[in-house]
Amino acid sequence: MMPDLGKYAATVLSAYGGALALLVALVVASLWRSARVARTLREVEERVRHGRD
Amino acid sequence: MTALLIRDLRLAVRAGGGFGLGLAFFLIVVVLVPFAVGPAMGLLERIAPGVLWIGALLACLLSLDRIFALDREDGSLDLLAVSPLPLEGVVAVKALAHWLTTGLPLVAVAPVLGLLLSLPGKGVIWLVVSLLAGTPALSVIGTFGAALTVGLKRGGLLLSLLVLPLYVPTLIFGAEVARAGATGLDTATPLVLLAAVTCVAVALLPFASAAVLRMNLR
Amino acid sequence: MGSFWEYANPKRFTQVVDRVLPAVSGLAVAALVAGLIWGFFFTPDDYRQGSTVKIIYLHVPSALLAINAWLMMLVASLVWLVRRHHVSALAARAAAPVGAVMTVIALLTGAIWGQPMWGTWWAWDPRLTSFLILFLFYLGYIALWSAVENDDTAADLTSVLCIVGSVFAILSRYAVNFWNQGLHQGASLSMDKEENVADVFYIPLLVCIAGFVLLFIALVLLRTRTEIRARRTRALLAREVTA
Repeated sequence: MMPDLGKYAATVLSAYGGALALLVALVVASLWRSARVARTLREVEERVRHGRD
Repeated sequence: MTALLIRDLRLAVRAGGGFGLGLAFFLIVVVLVPFAVGPAMGLLERIAPGVLWIGALLACLLSLDRIFALDREDGSLDLLAVSPLPLEGVVAVKALAHWLTTGLPLVAVAPVLGLLLSLPGKGVIWLVVSLLAGTPALSVIGTFGAALTVGLKRGGLLLSLLVLPLYVPTLIFGAEVARAGATGLDTATPLVLLAAVTCVAVALLPFASAAVLRMNLR
Repeated sequence: MGSFWEYANPKRFTQVVDRVLPAVSGLAVAALVAGLIWGFFFTPDDYRQGSTVKIIYLHVPSALLAINAWLMMLVASLVWLVRRHHVSALAARAAAPVGAVMTVIALLTGAIWGQPMWGTWWAWDPRLTSFLILFLFYLGYIALWSAVENDDTAADLTSVLCIVGSVFAILSRYAVNFWNQGLHQGASLSMDKEENVADVFYIPLLVCIAGFVLLFIALVLLRTRTEIRARRTRALLAREVTA
């Protein structure tokens, strides 16, 4: 299954590992902030609506 | 406009105006370099143009936040903004005043510091020429950075982060002229390019600085 | 279908994002997984570079996006300054960290690749140096956004910085070229087929580029929606305080 990377195995694997880790970190951070901001907005909108009643 | 220029110059030269501070800083940077890299004459001679350019650049950076900060604090910046003078002109005069109080003195002391770093005589001349052609760009670009950060409470560090990348072309061509001059190579090409960068900066950036200043004063 | 500018309305934009985001992110993940697996497992080694050619599937797409993200920010900044659409300014803000991460990926994979090929992690080669400068521009842009409190002022200032920065980035590119001749090979992708990488590498590379582009679009849409919501939250809170 694993291709034979020869003497450059460490090089190729660390490049893939590092790049994918950065991409995943970026995606996770974006999703996390998105969820948090959406929740805050919902709460504030909820409060504003109740305040008017 | 002349009145504004004279006022700015007077403020800078007065005690506490920060004039001389930049020069002292320039001197200290240049004195510290041999301590860091060792006193070997050959090495110092080789890195002298670069060190002097970096020193001039940092000394210039040091006084940037004063360009607008003092005027903002005492409200005279708001007065200037509503005065009949075009804001572009005000910004250009401010940049000129900064250059006269920072850039020009740096050019004047550079030969002395060049001797400290055992720069050969031919190199000194080209160093002065390159600084003369390059420091106006440093002042104009710095004025743009100062206009961007004028409203911020702790703008100093941000100012450096914003301005230093913009200094890259000037630094590359300026140091290249000085280096080529010191080693007796052709200086015409980098000098023309350095002058071109300066011309572009001087011609265009006052408009950007004025626009940014208006946004900040709104 | 109405005018394109219809989507400049934040509410309308959010609705559209809600609808298209799952599809775009699904496609992005599919293309990335397919392209990277194809590239990693099913392409031969290069006769000179050995298995290190596999890094190309990360290096080239991220480098492409690092530059194009800045271009997108430049266009969005101009749109904001000319037409005052908030979505545009927020999209530029949303794209900056993505572009910065792409720059880091390009630099990182390049350094790891350069070590066995050139015998050094880093050389002051024009292309490498330009990318480092580009990264500094991203840092300054992001720092200015977070330093200015008023949203509209921040959008104005960063837009001007983006435009001025673009001019100086191009100047730096030429300055750096002048300053040092490089180790880096020329463009790997061009219209001239002769100079391109061979087909076996080329097609999976295109799939990877498509994946990176789709991922960039998905991230920018998501982050722009986040910025719109954060802005609305601040506006509601401000109204609450004054009421």
